[in-house]
Amino acid sequence: MKWIGTIATVITGILLLSAIPDFAHFGDPHSPANAGVDGHASISQYFITDTYTDTKVPNMVTAVLADYRGYDTMFETVVIFAAGIAIFAILRSFSPAPTPSQSRVVDSSVDGDHQRIIIGTTCRLVIPVIQLFALYVVAHGHYSPGGGFQGGVILGASFILMALGKDLGAALGRFSEKSYLALGCVGILIYAGFGVMAQFLERNFLDYEILHHLMPATGPVMARSHSMLGVEVGVAFTVTAIMFAIYVNLSSKGRLDEGL
Amino acid sequence: MIVAFDIIILIFMVITAVISLRVRDLLGAAMILGVYSFLICLVFAGMGAVDVAFTEAAVGAGVSTVFMIATVYHTRRHSSD
Repeated sequence: MKWIGTIATVITGILLLSAIPDFAHFGDPHSPANAGVDGHASISQYFITDTYTDTKVPNMVTAVLADYRGYDTMFETVVIFAAGIAIFAILRSFSPAPTPSQSRVVDSSVDGDHQRIIIGTTCRLVIPVIQLFALYVVAHGHYSPGGGFQGGVILGASFILMALGKDLGAALGRFSEKSYLALGCVGILIYAGFGVMAQFLERNFLDYEILHHLMPATGPVMARSHSMLGVEVGVAFTVTAIMFAIYVNLSSKGRLDEGL
Repeated sequence: MIVAFDIIILIFMVITAVISLRVRDLLGAAMILGVYSFLICLVFAGMGAVDVAFTEAAVGAGVSTVFMIATVYHTRRHSSD
């Protein structure tokens, strides 16, 4: 059986490799994706030249992600939320641990104390810096690389570090089960809310331009920029909550009593 | 994109991918997949796709490695085949 698998893999690999010469060169300005086919302007050229005048957002990746392809990003967030809920539904168990007496052995020697002090102090120093950086990544996603997904993952990772460095109870004390489930829902509601608000103002779903009626002292162009920030904050909420939810359920077999 | 630098990174990517498949220790395999993610993050950064590289560093190398380690902790460490 192993030989059949190997032969199939090799044949598929040769077929895939034989397609490589047909690819355009990296960064080729005349490839169909960059230059468009005859008679039609290409869409990437449009993004490069017109994104800044359309939205006043210098980072065109964020503009494409949160504005031009906003519908797509909303459902990416929903996919992450669904993954978190699925893991919660499969793993979370409300019965107590089968053998509570066999909990972890606490190393009470001097060496164990030293390790706890070193790890605890390092985490206390590092976690605030990580969280500040995560908020910067979310808020500055228009101007530099970053955005809701990256910032949310970093923020979630800071809570995971708290759970690893101290124990699961300390992290759950800061970010309880009720609040992370609520925050995951609130993030998607923020995103969808921006879309529905545009519909109430008689435009298409997620057409941010019209929202300048609700944002005083901003024109239609800046309304798109500000709405992108709002949408990214929603994404960051969901991703933070779901990353932490997945970790706590995986590391404690769904009992949320003690972590790794 | 410097070609020599790219070739070195891509060779290391192939090596880490093969090692993570061959190694018997599941914890070690998870760690080496983290190394693989960092290398592909370097490739993305070299191509100028900084947003994608950032996501790969945060999700692929950071959080998903932690998830895999958390899962390995609750299974047997050594694979049976």
